Amino acid sequence: MRMPDPDTDVIARRARIARDLRRLVPDGSSNSPVGEGVIVDEDELRAYECDGLTAYRQPPLVVVLPSTTEQVSKVLRYCHDHGVKIVPRGAGTSLSGGALPLADAVTLGLGKFNRILDIDYDNRCVVAQPGVTNLGITQAVQARGFYYAPDPSSQIACSIGGNVAENAGGVHCLKYGLTTNNLLGLEMVLMTGEVVRLGGRHLDPGDLDLMGVVTGSEGLLGVITEVTVRILRGPETARAVLMGFPDTTAAADTVAAIIAQGIIPAGLEMMDRPAIHAAEDFVHADYPLDVEALLICELDGPEAEVDHLIERVAAIAHDNRVVSLRASADDAERALFWAGRKAAFPAVGRISPDYLCMDGSIPRQALPRVLQRMTEMSRRYGLRVANVFHAGDGNLHPLILFDANVSDELERAEAFGADILRLCVAVGGVLTGEHGVGVEKRDLMYTMFTETDMAHQQRLKCAFDPGQFLNPGKVFPTLHRCAELGRMRVSGGAVPFPDIPRF
Amino acid sequence: MSQTYRPDTPEQVADLITWALAESTPLALRGHGTKAALGRPTNTSHALDLSGIAGIVDYAPEELVMTARAGTSMAEVRAALDAAGQMLAFEPPDWRPLLGQPHGPADPPGTLGGLVACNLAGSRRISAGAARDHVLGIAGVSGRGEAFRSGGRVVKNVTGFDLSKLLTGSMGTLAALTELSLKTVPRPETSATVLVLGLDAADAVQAMTRALGSSHEVSGAAHLPAAMAARSAVAAIAGDGRAITALRVEGPDPSVAWRCQALRTELTALGPTEALSHDDGAVLWGEVSDARLIADPADAVLWRLSVPPAQGARVLAAVRHGVGEGHLSGWQMDWGGGLLWLALAPTPEAHAGAVRDAVAHHGGGHATLIRAGADVRAHVPVFQPQPAPLAALSRRVTESFDPKGILSPGRMAEGR
Repeated sequence: MRMPDPDTDVIARRARIARDLRRLVPDGSSNSPVGEGVIVDEDELRAYECDGLTAYRQPPLVVVLPSTTEQVSKVLRYCHDHGVKIVPRGAGTSLSGGALPLADAVTLGLGKFNRILDIDYDNRCVVAQPGVTNLGITQAVQARGFYYAPDPSSQIACSIGGNVAENAGGVHCLKYGLTTNNLLGLEMVLMTGEVVRLGGRHLDPGDLDLMGVVTGSEGLLGVITEVTVRILRGPETARAVLMGFPDTTAAADTVAAIIAQGIIPAGLEMMDRPAIHAAEDFVHADYPLDVEALLICELDGPEAEVDHLIERVAAIAHDNRVVSLRASADDAERALFWAGRKAAFPAVGRISPDYLCMDGSIPRQALPRVLQRMTEMSRRYGLRVANVFHAGDGNLHPLILFDANVSDELERAEAFGADILRLCVAVGGVLTGEHGVGVEKRDLMYTMFTETDMAHQQRLKCAFDPGQFLNPGKVFPTLHRCAELGRMRVSGGAVPFPDIPRF
Repeated sequence: MSQTYRPDTPEQVADLITWALAESTPLALRGHGTKAALGRPTNTSHALDLSGIAGIVDYAPEELVMTARAGTSMAEVRAALDAAGQMLAFEPPDWRPLLGQPHGPADPPGTLGGLVACNLAGSRRISAGAARDHVLGIAGVSGRGEAFRSGGRVVKNVTGFDLSKLLTGSMGTLAALTELSLKTVPRPETSATVLVLGLDAADAVQAMTRALGSSHEVSGAAHLPAAMAARSAVAAIAGDGRAITALRVEGPDPSVAWRCQALRTELTALGPTEALSHDDGAVLWGEVSDARLIADPADAVLWRLSVPPAQGARVLAAVRHGVGEGHLSGWQMDWGGGLLWLALAPTPEAHAGAVRDAVAHHGGGHATLIRAGADVRAHVPVFQPQPAPLAALSRRVTESFDPKGILSPGRMAEGR
């Protein structure tokens, strides 16, 4: 993975930069126990050298750990004025390398922003600092029966600010949406140090939807210092059905039929045989082992509705060659159904020294074809693959198993992964459903977008950060200077008058 | 000389904008023109009519996605959705009556692109999101005369910046939309509406807050004061004579019946309750989403306020106090109190100061001047004024798409 050439001048100024930053973000004292403000020690920096995409590592120039919006503002202003790049970092759980450090960039960690600022049940929202964990939001409101809907698998660790940066999803997206659909407001610091507020506790923007485009912008547009998210009252009941199928086509047909009948489950997940076996060996969720595909379908709402829909889903499955079917009798059993699915990544981690997790989204109807092609590729590359799949919304997570200590296996796994993503795009899907582009999928962007498409995205970046100090080397395969992107090739009168109907 | 251009293909749109750039000729973007009176007047002599870029490209109900050209008539979109038993969850409103546009069966109903460009949503916004939450992908031609795409046809997609969100609601100031992919959802099997009768604004907000905080998945929460309720086409509401607070539940039959009863039981302490049938409810929610009952008198200025829902009654009281007795001729609340429609006596300033102060002093939000004379909309900011750093950022964002101000310049704010 080629990253932008480090600026040797900035690296030479490292000690000076660290000293200046320490003045802006001092260490905590006994009466202000906020810990270290700036990290320069090489051993300590190693803790920041990668995120969840561990194949790529690079110690940062220095790490700065502000604890107030004002400090973030000062750090950004300083870096802006002194030509120093910034890599924002939440909990560091990104699976696409979004928080991968650069040798010449300050990593700005938001771990100290870990407080919930307000719980507003009447307006059904929570105001939190960006370092609060995703699960921390739900835990803060669950005593009153509320929860925060998006639930990425890393929800114990991942931060709400990182969720906004990546537009994180989870298993409940089909019914409840992604982060972007559950976000009400943001406070954000621009690279100039200016602080702007977008949204609030009300709905919709009063002007351009800047919050909409900041969500999922992977730390390229600004640093988020506060979020306001929507909370929902939990459903009265939830039940899940566990269904085993003799082949993936039968499972895919069941998914299509459930949706065609107007049922939108709270979660609808599929696993293939290798994933089922890995998960069962790990958590003993009592999954059937003699099937090729497993579906977990969760329905929530009032008891009358859930019972009614469970019957309809069971009938659909029976029409589509289901070979085993169990409906959860209580919450403990429902949690057990999910335990295997939620632990699928670590479960695969146990059966292989390394794995790559892909994240393409496809139209649901293309699933059997994509799985078939993936089996062929698996043979060709000589690497195993296990699939977990957000079947309801078409988001695939093929896990490619490899051993980094075997020569060329990482390269083969990456090539396999790239082929899968090209296939996703070819069948009408996209490169990434919820993990982000980061560095991982950066160089595949042109399989989905033209130069002109990308230029429109990059000019937006220039509107927020004309110096391109924020998280360079991520998302965009080529870095163009903003002046070059902004140039217009228009010559007065040279364009022939178009032949267009006029009235 | 004023000209309207009506291209038939996206390529012609790009050609036309390239020509307009070369000639420094700004274009006012339009579809059917049903929402031409929204936003600031643009003072452009030439118009770009996108209603010829029309037709559903691909609709796969089992994939819950429709792709259509931006100029596709909403009548065509609705007919296709109806045939498949689906809908756009954000309940697109029809503001033609509100904006004084002809709205008979033969009149142009507005285009899908116009709906998206204005980011309109009806009562289900409170539970299902706005248009921006349902736009999956977008194609358009920017003010540089370049055709580009963003997003795709799948629900889960974080590939690149989400330009679809930015373009939704940009009022034609960033790009001429040519194609859109929208998420569709199955139409609920049935619905019921619980009415709580005779509440004042404060009690109504309390009732709506309680209902929306319950586990009954309320998909609409609105309040009409007695004078507005009296105008309803639902006989049971108009004949009753009292204010109504309406709460809608949707879903399968047994679930709707159960939740409707549960809501009535839980709200009975606040006031007498009634249940409205699915059909009567459909009429009422149409009236609320379209804000049809406050459209008269036609010379009243109309404001649409988005505020923290629990603050709805306080904002209303502050406006009433701020504009002075007798100036508030009608109002209604939707989105659990978070959406306040106000009809005010016409003045040159449209009471903008009093309205925006009320919002600012009660938890923030924004106020949009939806209906007023063009002269008023030319000097009173139609959209919520932004603090300086944000206004400068919005301007840079607009310039990144439309550096020469060719596309509907001035529609959102002075100079953009």
